[in-house]
Amino acid sequence: MKQQIYLDNAATTQVLPEVVDEVVRCLTQDFGNPSSLHRLGLQSERNMKNARNIIGELLQVPAEDIIFTSGGTESNNLAILGATRARRRYGNHCITTRIEHPSILNTFNYLEEEGWDVTYLSVDKNGVIHMEQLKGEIRDDTVLVSIAHVNNEIGSIQPLREIGLLLKNNYPNVIFHTDAVQSFGRLQIRPLEWGIDLLSASGHKIHAPKGVGALYIKKGTPLNTLQWGGGQELGIRNGTENLPGIVGFGRAAQWVHQAMNKDEEAISKMKIDLSKRIAQVLPEVVFNGPEPQNGAPHILNLSVPGVRGETLLHVLESHGVYVSTGSACSSRNVRTSHVLKAIGAPSDVAEGAIRLSLSYLNTQDELSLVPEILKKSVDQVKRFTRR
Amino acid sequence: MERLILVRYGEIYLKGQNRPFFEKALMNNIKRVVEPFGQAKVFRAQGRIYVENIEVERGVLDRLSKVFGTIGINPAWKTDKDLDSVKAMVMTAMEDAIVKSAKESLTFKVESRRADKTFPLGSMDLSREMGAFILQNFPNLKVDVHNPDIRLNLEIREHAYAYHENIPGAGGMPVGTNGKTTLLLSGGIDSPVAGWMIAKRGVQLTAVHYHSFPYTSDKAKEKVIDLSRILTQYCGSIRLHVVPFTEIQQELYEKCPDGLLTILMRRFMMRIAEIIAKRDGAQALVTGESIGQVASQTLEALASTDDAVSLPVFRPLIGLDKTEIVDIAEKINTYETSILPYEDCCTVFVPRHPVTRPKLDKVRQAEALVDGEALIQRALEEVEIYDLN
Repeated sequence: MKQQIYLDNAATTQVLPEVVDEVVRCLTQDFGNPSSLHRLGLQSERNMKNARNIIGELLQVPAEDIIFTSGGTESNNLAILGATRARRRYGNHCITTRIEHPSILNTFNYLEEEGWDVTYLSVDKNGVIHMEQLKGEIRDDTVLVSIAHVNNEIGSIQPLREIGLLLKNNYPNVIFHTDAVQSFGRLQIRPLEWGIDLLSASGHKIHAPKGVGALYIKKGTPLNTLQWGGGQELGIRNGTENLPGIVGFGRAAQWVHQAMNKDEEAISKMKIDLSKRIAQVLPEVVFNGPEPQNGAPHILNLSVPGVRGETLLHVLESHGVYVSTGSACSSRNVRTSHVLKAIGAPSDVAEGAIRLSLSYLNTQDELSLVPEILKKSVDQVKRFTRR
Repeated sequence: MERLILVRYGEIYLKGQNRPFFEKALMNNIKRVVEPFGQAKVFRAQGRIYVENIEVERGVLDRLSKVFGTIGINPAWKTDKDLDSVKAMVMTAMEDAIVKSAKESLTFKVESRRADKTFPLGSMDLSREMGAFILQNFPNLKVDVHNPDIRLNLEIREHAYAYHENIPGAGGMPVGTNGKTTLLLSGGIDSPVAGWMIAKRGVQLTAVHYHSFPYTSDKAKEKVIDLSRILTQYCGSIRLHVVPFTEIQQELYEKCPDGLLTILMRRFMMRIAEIIAKRDGAQALVTGESIGQVASQTLEALASTDDAVSLPVFRPLIGLDKTEIVDIAEKINTYETSILPYEDCCTVFVPRHPVTRPKLDKVRQAEALVDGEALIQRALEEVEIYDLN
């Protein structure tokens, strides 16, 4: 088989073999319901507690403040809707940014339909918010600020600690949520030290299976449930727990934690190196968002002017390299990414954007092949551009 | 009492000496459709087809209603020809009708046919007696002989039958009775509708799709496979040929005048389709073109594509507006798949100013600039075949 270089780790990651083993064990042997009183139930409860401890340790928060969900989207919905429902009587205003993931933006759109006021902060060309603007937008009736740690398309990192400090010092009643789906297991996050009340994470971005995620809820944070049932997960996320997913999530979190401890910069070094080599062979390349050395360790968003992202994606695919595009195109219209629009990327740059995203499983050897493959692919596409 | 399905058919009545041939084809198509639903018994009597020994459920009814040649599908009951059995059957059928109808106040009518004259009651008497019986048992129902909500049909033949539902059939003629054609299937809204219309006249289909990876994604190919699968519900199996087209487009792009690219591309598509058609034993080509819809569908452009092939080219949508085509696409359930956004990124090869009135000699001259034979040969070597049913 032809070499396959997977560079779409911001979309999803390959599940680790040791995670698969744990998941299989939970499906075939330790299959008890953690609520059951017998031995099998107890074993499941232990397995789940173990996973919770690992996630808590990774975030340096008490394990009992972690609840498991079905993934990033559910965690985001639960955080935003749960917090606003709980604070309904105290205000009518939320703040977020223009570059959030759809699971945040569409949830806030829904709140707007319900009568809430939502402020969408703009970002600079690097995709970072302006602290001054945030300060100016906070009102007496603001109840929630939700700002993602790392943007999934361009990898910009928001100054969470600064935001947390601002909120806790001046507006202690405002709930601070962060969507950490892209940064969890990739960057160090310290919710307690940074003033974060709610934090969303997802399993399949760190080599666990799809369908499992977590929400960190700092003790005392008002949060209503959205789903009623048997009282599982602090009574906030009712329903029988997805044990195989949760245990797999725990095992994967442990693995990335170890990888981070070994070399926190491993991915980012590979990425920066890759960006330099690409710039050497393709001088016309434009890096979108933060400078490669500043952004998230795993995300590199780039455009080659005059080359359509989707076409380039398919040519790269034919050479065994898997990436993604920010903008999907069809013969009639191009749907430009809201993130690239927000950072002011011109439309031809936005149409050409592709995202390369790395993981600990990528190797220096395979990445060293990428610049030449990219160059070859660009030449292939450029030979046929619309006259 | 047993459940069964009555299938009524229409136009094939008219076919005189050929009637058994058409009926046999329809029987075979119905057998094929009910096969996955168990060991059904399918037979023909008195100008209708009986499907017995089958679970009468939505799935099989839906599939039967898509068989060309049918005009109506009746989920029915059958029982012995004595009055008590018939009454029990009438009760069951009426309960079923009431459960299925959403209206608050219901009206009904009983229509009877007595083919077996040994049955003691005549048609009129049977209707009257059963009507009274229903009124007794369902006091909320009222009789309406002109426009009833429930039309209960009773038939006395070799057994007694009852049905109240009439699901419209697909019409047309049984597929396989009128030869075979090759459909150029793009993945858009029009071509599946064109294929459906031709298949409706009893024609078997094979399909050809042109794939321009990496300018169109593999999702576009998946979409065409999905569309073909939807069409197989109407016309049985379809052999889909996916032809790699990138090299031809690139070659035309580099060597031929810009304005003629689309027309030249279409001529290549037709030529390749014709070769595949002949291999498959098809006697004509089918396209989804309609006059004036786009630049390549002017009369001149259509004539110029016809010029590339010798087989007849059928364009069943030629006189339809887009909205009319969309209506059919929605009815036959291809629309939702057709509008999926994996269209094509190959606008690279679409000229900004296509020639709308191509002159045939100019087109032929331009075409001579590439080695057509070799290009077609190479494309044909790489064809992927999907046998769908």
